[in-house]
Amino acid sequence: MGSYKHWEKLEKNAGLLAVLIAIVVSFGGLAEIVPLFNDAQTVKPLPGVKPYDALRLAGRDIYVREGCYLCHSQMIRTLAFETQRYGEKSMAGEFVYDRPFQWGSKRTGPDLARVGGKYSDEWQRAHLLAPRSVVPRSNMPGYPWLAETQVDADSLRARMLTLRTLGDPYTDAEIVGSADAVLDKTELDALVAYLQGLGVRAQP
Amino acid sequence: MPTRNYDDHVIRLFLMAAAVWGVVGMSIGVLAAAQLAWPALNFDIPWLTFSRIRANHTFGVIFAFGGSALMGTCYYIVQRTGHVRLAFGKLAMFTFWGWQVACFLAMLTMPFGITQAKEYAEPEWFIDLLVAVVWVSFAVVFFGTLARRRIRHIYVANWYYGALIIAVALLHIVNNLALPVSLFKSYPVYSGAVDAMVQWWYGHNAVAFFLTAGFLGMMYYFVPRQAQQPLWSYRFSIVNFWALISVYMWAGSHHLLYTALPDWVQSVGMVFSLVLLMPSVGSAANGLMTFNGSWHKLRTDPAAKFMVMALVFYAASTFEGSMMAIKSVNSLTHYTDWTVAHVHSGAIGWVAMITIGSLYAMAPRALDRPAVHSTSAMNLHFWLHTAGLLIYVSSMWAAGVTQGLMWRATNADGSLKYDFLSSLIATQPYYLLRFLGGLLVLSGMVVMAWNLWHTAAQARAGVIKPILIPPPEDIPEPAPDQFPPPLPEKV
Repeated sequence: MGSYKHWEKLEKNAGLLAVLIAIVVSFGGLAEIVPLFNDAQTVKPLPGVKPYDALRLAGRDIYVREGCYLCHSQMIRTLAFETQRYGEKSMAGEFVYDRPFQWGSKRTGPDLARVGGKYSDEWQRAHLLAPRSVVPRSNMPGYPWLAETQVDADSLRARMLTLRTLGDPYTDAEIVGSADAVLDKTELDALVAYLQGLGVRAQP
Repeated sequence: MPTRNYDDHVIRLFLMAAAVWGVVGMSIGVLAAAQLAWPALNFDIPWLTFSRIRANHTFGVIFAFGGSALMGTCYYIVQRTGHVRLAFGKLAMFTFWGWQVACFLAMLTMPFGITQAKEYAEPEWFIDLLVAVVWVSFAVVFFGTLARRRIRHIYVANWYYGALIIAVALLHIVNNLALPVSLFKSYPVYSGAVDAMVQWWYGHNAVAFFLTAGFLGMMYYFVPRQAQQPLWSYRFSIVNFWALISVYMWAGSHHLLYTALPDWVQSVGMVFSLVLLMPSVGSAANGLMTFNGSWHKLRTDPAAKFMVMALVFYAASTFEGSMMAIKSVNSLTHYTDWTVAHVHSGAIGWVAMITIGSLYAMAPRALDRPAVHSTSAMNLHFWLHTAGLLIYVSSMWAAGVTQGLMWRATNADGSLKYDFLSSLIATQPYYLLRFLGGLLVLSGMVVMAWNLWHTAAQARAGVIKPILIPPPEDIPEPAPDQFPPPLPEKV
């Protein structure tokens, strides 16, 4: 029982036990997360990757609100059968303006990382409102209310200001012009604009 | 003169809350499963749509059901193993009501699109703040009670609850750091790949500490209690504890294999996931071996049956998890329904069954009854739950393997053999089966709620006597490997 003595001391002292637990559980996160903050590969945007413009930002927040990420990933893995199906592999530098990230964990529907431009705007609208009108065997829910709701222009300005505080380089002009950019736009317009921009990078 | 009886009122409240949230959370799960099989069940109503309510299911079963069960059993165990009344009784009541309000607010806001959209951390910032306050109060009550204990040795179940409290506080705060735009919208301070790593460090360790460490604490108390045997090996539980809590925290990146996350982080996650096999299987073995000499109890005691099945599924699902963290296996399983099979063999098999077993073991003792109201209802629950579990998990395994194989199948010329829709169509029969399995599990929970409600009849009428703490002269300090320590006379 000699070696057991050390353990025994710990097992009779609640404070010591708590402190040691706290130390032991801290290593993993420190080792795996902290280096990423300074890793250019993960935090530097690729050439041509810009913060979302007003309409696409509104669309992205709708995508997040509706929970699309629960069935659609935005992450083309480094596997041949993935790049064959969905296009060029995803790179960390494409996601630096994504708050929160939308890589997903389950594909009940296909990956959307490079869906931009694959279908027409009309197809996207019809599909979002009533998926089975264009894909009869789909099990995706319809989102008809998107066409009936205007984009909330007031809060968009506050959102862009918040994102700028967090470090996303929006210009004053972009923020001031955000209300005009979404004038008379429905949530459906915004979501389609977001989807059509996915994976499409401006040529540097 | 300090009060000479245990503080069981708050425990009874948590017990009932767990039963109610279990039924609520699983009902939403069954609805979500039905919507995947019959999409018309979304009814084009925003707050009933699958993508909005999926988080209600996961939050409802993990945090509302699991959380209530964890806090209730924690308060029960820390008192019984320390032979001491709960410290800060009013604060303990606050943790009950605070937790219920936080769960209620989360369940109420998420269907209306008020979400951070981070899996298992969906509730918005103002709910996160309330959760943090409740959690810190939980820590104060727990460690305060530990500090006042009259048995010097801290029994191993309490270490797991302690690790749960400390690690979840850390995970919750770090992952939910966000800048609010308004009451109902915030943006996380992390973005892109960093956000992904933080989220899955959180997500995986929510499983590790909320769904594993906490429930292992439950197991380490109620399994020896129900088997009426000391733990098979106390020293083994020590080794497994430190290995489990130190290794788990490194494994989160296995959720991001082959993604845009830097390769070295992926490899570290995979290696630590494999190391995790040892403490996981070790803990399960320790629990199962404790039944040695008591296996006959399985014939008469449904609570023991739930516990044994829980340990079998704990071993199975953690083994499966380590295998799925191997990169080449993960390339097949990731993004498919195999992931869903895996979490549900862990959740319905391990978490729910150890909880149900423990609730059945604790309820009569906390409610001052000789036994649970109906033993045959407990047996019915066991078979409904087990059948539902097997149907659910095997149908999702089949669906996952089907999807994984179809996505990677190529023709002789190297082109892809199937379009995405074909894999969905091939999966649809399994979605029907999964709905059926979920329905069986839910019916079992309804039976349990009914049974516990009747077991609590006298407590509701206010006619039960408080359960006394054994007087100090009756408490010999138990050797760590001589657990359970002496019981109060009545039970």
